[in-house]
Amino acid sequence: MPKVMLRRDSDGLLICYVPKKDLEGKVASLEFDQPGKWGGRMVLDDGTAFHIEPLDAPPVFPAEMRASRG
Amino acid sequence: MSVLTREEAQGLIQRVLEVYPEEARAERSQHLMVSDPATEQGSSCITSNRKSLPGVMTARGCAYAGSKGVVWGPIKDMIHLSHGPVGCGQYSRAGRRNYYVGYTGVNTFGTMNFTSDFQEKDIVFGGDKKLAKILEEVETLFPLSKGISVQSECPVGLIGDDIEAVARKGTEKIGKPVVPVRCEGFRGVSQSLGHHIANDTIRDHLLDSGLDDGFVSSPYDVAIIGDYNIGGDAWSSRILLEEMGLRVVAQWSGDGTLAEIKRTPKVKINLLHCYRSMNYISRHMEAKYGIPWMEYNFFGPTKIAASLRAIAEHFDDKIKEGAEKVIAKYQPMVEAINAKYIPRLQGKRVMLYVGGLRPRHVVGAYEDLGMEVVGTGYEFGHNDDYDRTTKELGNTTLIYDDVSEFELEQFVSRIKPDLIGAGIKEKYVYQKMGIPFRQMHSWDYSGPYHGYDGYAIFARDIDMTVNNPCWKKMKAPWKS
Ligand code: SF4
Repeated sequence: MPKVMLRRDSDGLLICYVPKKDLEGKVASLEFDQPGKWGGRMVLDDGTAFHIEPLDAPPVFPAEMRASRG
Repeated sequence: MSVLTREEAQGLIQRVLEVYPEEARAERSQHLMVSDPATEQGSSCITSNRKSLPGVMTARGCAYAGSKGVVWGPIKDMIHLSHGPVGCGQYSRAGRRNYYVGYTGVNTFGTMNFTSDFQEKDIVFGGDKKLAKILEEVETLFPLSKGISVQSECPVGLIGDDIEAVARKGTEKIGKPVVPVRCEGFRGVSQSLGHHIANDTIRDHLLDSGLDDGFVSSPYDVAIIGDYNIGGDAWSSRILLEEMGLRVVAQWSGDGTLAEIKRTPKVKINLLHCYRSMNYISRHMEAKYGIPWMEYNFFGPTKIAASLRAIAEHFDDKIKEGAEKVIAKYQPMVEAINAKYIPRLQGKRVMLYVGGLRPRHVVGAYEDLGMEVVGTGYEFGHNDDYDRTTKELGNTTLIYDDVSEFELEQFVSRIKPDLIGAGIKEKYVYQKMGIPFRQMHSWDYSGPYHGYDGYAIFARDIDMTVNNPCWKKMKAPWKS
């Protein structure tokens, strides 16, 4: 369960940073991105995929959260 | 125009790798590549931040060097104690040329070397008592110091001293922060882990402990993060930010003070120059205090102008106007520099091998002078550094990670660059070969190179080196 850090860059894109791997990538797709449900499968632009337990509301960015390899 | 085609460059890498035994060849081949601006992610083509192979001559430093030498060392009003044998601190003393103002030995301590000078008995019986005594001694001799950081050298970790406990007691006793830093040289694969450890200790012991000294923040407060004021770099950056209307509250850590560091959580934005060594603390401040951070680049007028505008984007119109004014103000100076030096430097080819941010950040400055970077590499870069690098480079630029002295020599003898910018370990080899060389870690006793003022000095220095008639008269001693 790596810890990931999500932030928005200056263009408003979601950026995911995985400290353990020094991996930084744009979030290419996110399964649930609605006001009532947020999370699920997240794929970065280099193809790495994670799974984030869906939340009831989008978090406030920057946000640190646990993600599993998915 | 590059000297090599893509195929030739690949061939060169293959040839260099041939001398290695099979296992080493397989490992090293992952650290060498030819750049292709089409690839978004440089890190997918190159492996970095791996342990150097035994027997391969690497130029890397140790975690202690990253913590004491880079991140902690420049904080001028604290005393940084090299805890362990005397050599680690003495042989690196003041070598980075982090300039500062103050009275050395009275209220600032940057160029002094404090060490616990371990002897055999300290290794056998432990050094904790000695450390406790040193903390008091330091307080007696240098009462104006604002705190002490204990930078562990290898033996301290090996004998298992409890410096945390001593530091805690010391803090109570002297009433100033005493920060234990577990940056023993054997940790990690390079100085890079030392940066990280230093960031983490600053976070735990200084930043989050808060400070209430009545500091009143303004809407234009910024902090310069990751500028170590080498040859005055942070000063020549700072004046540009101030001229455009911002208030620089803190310098991390060149010419920086403990109070500045503690005030940083009150700034509006963190401006990050050296991403590698201080992205950790920037990310922490973003998560904890909601302070955004952005990377900028003050090498060469093109990048400076772009950075000033990008910084101004985060503020109101007054600052945006200020940025334009600053750019316009220095434009004639830039044109004069270019008119003087471009004819002398046009088309010259450069190879770099440095650390931190420079393998990518300085590319623009050379290009502003009409030069071309044909090879670049990091001593201790990580994936995210290489992602940021490929964008800056042209086609078929060689990229080498943790390059060995042998590999670099081979590349140089084939590519025959007009200038090499690397560290002190490479300097004399190449100078004796008769190849123009500048020590680009601490600007070869010159600087500053940041900002517009720095660009003038940079251009002069590069010209002075590249067009120096002495190189043609040199004959390598081993070739006579
Ligand atoms: S590796 Fe260890 S002994 Fe060598 S300089 Fe670094 S801290 Fe000192």
